[in-house]
Amino acid sequence: MSNSLQKKKVDSATIISAVIVLALYALVFVAEQIIPPTSMLFTVLKKGATYALVAVSMNLLNGFTGIFSLGQAGFMLVGAYVYGIFTIPIVSRMDVYQYYNGGLVQFTLPVFIAMLLSGLAAALLALLIGLPVLRLKSDYLAIATLGFAEIIRALFQWDKLGPITNGSNMLRLFPTFNDFNIRAADGHVTVYLSTLVPLLIAGVCIGVIILLINSTFGRALRAIKDDEIAAEAMGIRLASHKRLAFCISSFFAGVGGAMLAMYQTTVQAKSFTTAMTYEILLIVVIGGIGSVTGSCLSSFLFVACSEWWLRFLDQKQVIGDFEVPLLRNGFRLVVFSIIIMIVVLFFRRGIMGTNELPDVIRKLQGKGRSSKKGGQGK
Amino acid sequence: MWSTVFPYLLSGISVGGQYALIAIGYTMVYGILRLINFAHGDVFMVAGILMVYMAASGVPLWLCLPLVLVLTAVIGFVIERVAYKPLRAAPRMSVMISAIGVSYTLQNLVLYITGGLNQIYPTIPWISDNVTILGASTKMVTIITPILTLVLVVALVWLINHTKIGMAMRAVSRDFETSQLMGIKINRVISTTFVIGTFLAGVASVLYFTNYTTVIQTSGAMPGLKAFVAAVFGGIGSIPGAVVGAFIIGIAENLIKGLDIILFKAGLIPGPMGLATFSDAFTFALLIIILAVKPTGLFGEKITDKV
Repeated sequence: MSNSLQKKKVDSATIISAVIVLALYALVFVAEQIIPPTSMLFTVLKKGATYALVAVSMNLLNGFTGIFSLGQAGFMLVGAYVYGIFTIPIVSRMDVYQYYNGGLVQFTLPVFIAMLLSGLAAALLALLIGLPVLRLKSDYLAIATLGFAEIIRALFQWDKLGPITNGSNMLRLFPTFNDFNIRAADGHVTVYLSTLVPLLIAGVCIGVIILLINSTFGRALRAIKDDEIAAEAMGIRLASHKRLAFCISSFFAGVGGAMLAMYQTTVQAKSFTTAMTYEILLIVVIGGIGSVTGSCLSSFLFVACSEWWLRFLDQKQVIGDFEVPLLRNGFRLVVFSIIIMIVVLFFRRGIMGTNELPDVIRKLQGKGRSSKKGGQGK
Repeated sequence: MWSTVFPYLLSGISVGGQYALIAIGYTMVYGILRLINFAHGDVFMVAGILMVYMAASGVPLWLCLPLVLVLTAVIGFVIERVAYKPLRAAPRMSVMISAIGVSYTLQNLVLYITGGLNQIYPTIPWISDNVTILGASTKMVTIITPILTLVLVVALVWLINHTKIGMAMRAVSRDFETSQLMGIKINRVISTTFVIGTFLAGVASVLYFTNYTTVIQTSGAMPGLKAFVAAVFGGIGSIPGAVVGAFIIGIAENLIKGLDIILFKAGLIPGPMGLATFSDAFTFALLIIILAVKPTGLFGEKITDKV
């Protein structure tokens, strides 16, 4: 997992990080067997895993390559649809595609192959979009990718593509996270895996991204971020590196989209708005632009706050005879926005800055070494 | 044929005028700060909400209009001071993120206040009257918008070319640091730019929502993005460019909305194709084409990057 400039050696901080991550996975596995599956904890972990993957994929572009892309929702949409289209069981196709005579696709792929396909479809799209878009500079690029996401959204709702995408109707009845649970013959769940598996999928994907970031390729990306012209002068091929980074990021956004589909149990193109991209961008900012660990942490924090911990702000609260003012539907989001603005304005480095988990451990160990090591986020 | 196309053309011109007023705000801010003010569309929406609430609280309509415009301008001023001024020395990405944060905040604030329900925009007498021109029935606002837009644009161009503050604006947009050295108070110039931009967005909101009659927290997002595309299309930083771009986009978008019917009546297609789905997407396709072919837009100046 580590890769220093001169020699490869794994230091204790990296090992401790890996142990922490494994311990967390074990904890989740145990918790899932003990705590009833309806607990909010699992909702947060499932959605958090999905958002973490998408946030890290966005961070790869915005934080490590310096490409300010706002097309994440579009790639997630493609991923979610590809997953949905290829995994709906044949028996259910008549129900789902009720207006399109059962749809065109009449076969079903295994879940993991469909997920891989989701990523590949998103990456392929990124390759095509990248041709005109990656030539643009910072804010033009942002608005062009945003525009592409909108075009994709319109395209998937087009009536004429209905036999494939089900038009503006939702896709449903495909395998969800709950299908990862191992069941006995009578349908009774013997081993709960519906939270652990999404966390594992996200973990493996994020692990791959970390390896990439610490490779020669990743260092080239950082060079591009710091100074494009200098990087080019050093012999880094700008166009191909940017294109590859864009495709890789989109691949994982596509896989994230498939996971979101599983989490939501339904997919509808109109929900993949720019607001979704903004939300993910804000997660990246809160976590720290350029920190994988930060993106993961802030994803779970963000989801936990919005789905669970801050829910009470949306309901009337009475303490004794005193009714707390202002609390009603939507207040949670206002508090949330204000927190985000404070982070954006005053804590621009976010939670982690550009540090990773091993960096933090190293600091705690008092060694204070400055060499960058990758840390596997959960 | 003409009778089929004309109503769409008419509403296209009207929407184009409204986009133009919003686009000017984008183009001026971009010209000076090199910032896409993502919150601009939401300020436009907030102006609509202000009008709804003010009219509902019993303020007479003739007083509402100027009050809304002034308040909108104040909001623009405050946003700049709170969210953009502290980041003047920060990288451009931070300011852009801050703008996205402001957009998120405004939307959530309005969601909280309105409860996420569609608000009915008050009917403003005279401009919401129905009129018939050349056989097409429409609202008065459709005719007023392009005229008012042109008047405001001419006034603005005069302001930029013939007043002291206008000269300062031109100087700051040309070279931020040098103009500071020449004794221009850039904070004042930037604030003025925001005030003018949001004021025009306020005017646009009155015209736009008189036409669409309902306001919700997300109603600013799409017009905002389209107006930005218009600004880029016309060449960002150029006011005439933004206006021309906005009219082109407004007309094209409305023609696409009616393309099914137009083509069907012309006998070119056998049945409806559902092409109206693409009226929003077309705008962005246009953006990507122009960025690929002529990145500086129709009227933009060529900029060469120095290492």
